[in-house]
Amino acid sequence: MIATANAHSGQNPRSLPKAGHLLEIKGLKTYFYLFEGVARAVDDVSLHLDRSEVVGVVGESGCGKSVTAQSIMRLVPEPPGRIVGGSIVFDGMDLVKLPADRIRNIRGNRIAMIFQEPMTSLNPVFTIGDQIAEMFRQHMHLGRRESLERAVEMLARVQIPEPAKRARAYPHQLSGGMRQRAMIAMALACSPEILIADEPTTALDVTVQAQILDLMLQLRQDFHTAIIMITHDLGVIAEMAQRVVVMYAGKVVEEALTADLFDRPLHPYTAGLLESMPRLGSRRPGRSRKLKEIKGMVPGLLDLPPGCSFAPRCPRAMDICRRRVPELVPAGNGRRVRCRLFPGQGDTSATTADGG
Amino acid sequence: MQPLLTVDDLKVHFPIKKGLFSRTVGHVYAVDGVSLTLAGGETLGLVGESGCGKTTTGLAILRLLDPTGGRIIYDGNDITGMSRSRLRPLRRQLQIIFQDPYSSLNPRMTVNEIIADPLRVHGLYNGSEGRQWVEYILEKVGLSPEHGRRYPHEFSGGQRQRVGIARALALRPRVIIGDEPVSALDVSIQAQIINLLIDLQTEFDLSYIIIAHDLAVVEHMCDRVAVMYLGKIVESGLYHQVYNNPLHPYTRALLSAIPVPDPGRPRQRTILQGDVPSPIEPPPGCHFHPRCPRARDGCNRRMPELVEHRPGHRVRCWLYRDTNHG
Ligand SMILES: Nc1ncnc2c1ncn2[C@@H]1O[C@H](COP(=O)(O)OP(=O)(O)OP(=O)(O)O)[C@@H](O)[C@H]1O
Ligand SMILES: Nc1ncnc2c1ncn2[C@@H]1O[C@H](COP(=O)(O)OP(=O)(O)OP(=O)(O)O)[C@@H](O)[C@H]1O
Ligand code: SF4
Ligand code: SF4
Ligand SMILES: [Mg+2]
Ligand SMILES: [Mg+2]
Repeated sequence: MIATANAHSGQNPRSLPKAGHLLEIKGLKTYFYLFEGVARAVDDVSLHLDRSEVVGVVGESGCGKSVTAQSIMRLVPEPPGRIVGGSIVFDGMDLVKLPADRIRNIRGNRIAMIFQEPMTSLNPVFTIGDQIAEMFRQHMHLGRRESLERAVEMLARVQIPEPAKRARAYPHQLSGGMRQRAMIAMALACSPEILIADEPTTALDVTVQAQILDLMLQLRQDFHTAIIMITHDLGVIAEMAQRVVVMYAGKVVEEALTADLFDRPLHPYTAGLLESMPRLGSRRPGRSRKLKEIKGMVPGLLDLPPGCSFAPRCPRAMDICRRRVPELVPAGNGRRVRCRLFPGQGDTSATTADGG
Repeated sequence: MQPLLTVDDLKVHFPIKKGLFSRTVGHVYAVDGVSLTLAGGETLGLVGESGCGKTTTGLAILRLLDPTGGRIIYDGNDITGMSRSRLRPLRRQLQIIFQDPYSSLNPRMTVNEIIADPLRVHGLYNGSEGRQWVEYILEKVGLSPEHGRRYPHEFSGGQRQRVGIARALALRPRVIIGDEPVSALDVSIQAQIINLLIDLQTEFDLSYIIIAHDLAVVEHMCDRVAVMYLGKIVESGLYHQVYNNPLHPYTRALLSAIPVPDPGRPRQRTILQGDVPSPIEPPPGCHFHPRCPRARDGCNRRMPELVEHRPGHRVRCWLYRDTNHG
């Protein structure tokens, strides 16, 4: 756990020649200090994002995807949470160190987020029209009337029927999917440079989902918006993302171009994930309906096993896996993987692959 | 065989109020004449466009919302107008997994309390046995005893969803309405939960109504599927009838829009054109006609009936008029 902390905050060989990414997260650690102990929700996460790029983030429920997003937005509830290490560099600024008032100017404006649970970010006592209009007032300094008009326009763009009427509705008067779209409208309002979409389409039927995904791609085309797409829906990942980052128990365990990942997952967790997916048309009458699953339980963050966090469930675990945490090492074609099955682990081969 | 649950012509209309005196200026026709049945041990999938009335249907069936019209018959009892006190003992048998886990969990209770509370209400919680049961259920949904001592806001989205599932399962109900029960879970935990629900079904003869946007999940879990559009059922049938031979143009569009987990494959979707209609002023005639690629003369004048096209396979569309006497 301790050993790997800084090994990668040095240089990732792939990112060396390029001058500056739009967003670069290095060695991020966000912990929760709970009564029962320290929950290392995000524990050494590095990832980068370029303009117009869509990066997918997938992983076990509870592995730290949303907390990574909250860290970028500096919305980690504090206490009990705290960013204890690493950096998040955006446009030359380290967001981790930025004073609160400067963060407020960036949040919602240059970096916007679609939250996983709409009700956490919609205010129950204001109409959704007012809440979206507020974005225009605050960040674009538009007048009251114009802000409201723009809000109604945004509601129409996210396919809310009768947007002018619905703008006057309170969140509880909307269906789950409409709330989600209201929030998407809010996030897209200021044409952000980075959009963090945390499960943006889970509450939407596939036809509306298709339209919302198109809308995001449009935004990307028009404003070069880069998108971090956090989702469990591997179909959405396959369609939208150029690159995918796979997380498990607070760590990045694999990173690859989308096509490579689906084609040949390297990490045993990724392989298990792809196999658990219910595929349309795969059900055979008369056969068991049960799906393939990764056996065993995700470890609680407070009692993580030593060594590789996936070891207790890994079909290919070896003795050494249970003793030492593997490092995230390059695996060709821009891929990275954190698993002993692949060469480059510092303590098993003569040379360390990535300097350190 | 007598179905366990029969819903007949269910209607839920929300009044739209305006002004100082809260005048009613219109209605949201959220659910407008839904009929369905559910047999013991059966799983029915309910799918359809966002806002078409699925959640409202679920809430009304469980009387968590008062229906405007229609009848709900559970196990031989008409529960449509039943008083709260008479309804109480039946409540345990009918449970729901809410779509929005965040607002359905009491933020001031620990997860252990959230699950134990309904057990206490129904007099089913006693001492250490109760505690063990709660722990057992938590483990079943993939949460550890450590999680039981924490509060809802300390969880990830998927963990909260599992708390909601645990709460519904703890009472050992006979019917569970799962409103997007696995939408926030990654596919590996999703597979575990789906397998768990299937196991419990066999063990306890449970019946499910599964509301979900993930059509692969629905195909996997359900015996029958009903497709809703703007407050009405437009198609229903055995899962393979609906998936392999969709009849209604809306069902076809829906099935074609599913994102395919294959990065190499180009998209081929029927993106529905036209404005998403509103349940406040539904289009006249067939509600789908403004967006239907196959709409013809007359579709905009009269609403087709839901009729049986093949045994067990029903559709509400004028294209199948040879069997349509409406
Ligand atoms: N406010 C908090 N207090 C304590 N622990 C927290 C808090 N927020 C998150 N956690 C813990 O941090 C871990 C990571 O949570 P996070 O929300 O990032 O998961 P996730 O990957 O987004 O999962 P999901 O897919 O279920 O949404 C979880 O184990 C969660 O229990
Ligand atoms: N309390 C309420 N007051 C007024 N309108 C409501 C209320 N609850 C729901 N509605 C409206 O009823 C319609 C159906 O909502 P419902 O929540 O049943 O949709 P749904 O099919 O579950 O959609 P989703 O897939 O987005 O969750 C929507 O137009 C919604 O705005
Ligand atoms: S390091 Fe070992 S236990 Fe971990 S994923 Fe690789 S093989 Fe499995
Ligand atoms: S009745 Fe007409 S408009 Fe409605 S679905 Fe059928 S063909 Fe389309
Ligand atoms: Mg999350
Ligand atoms: Mg709903």
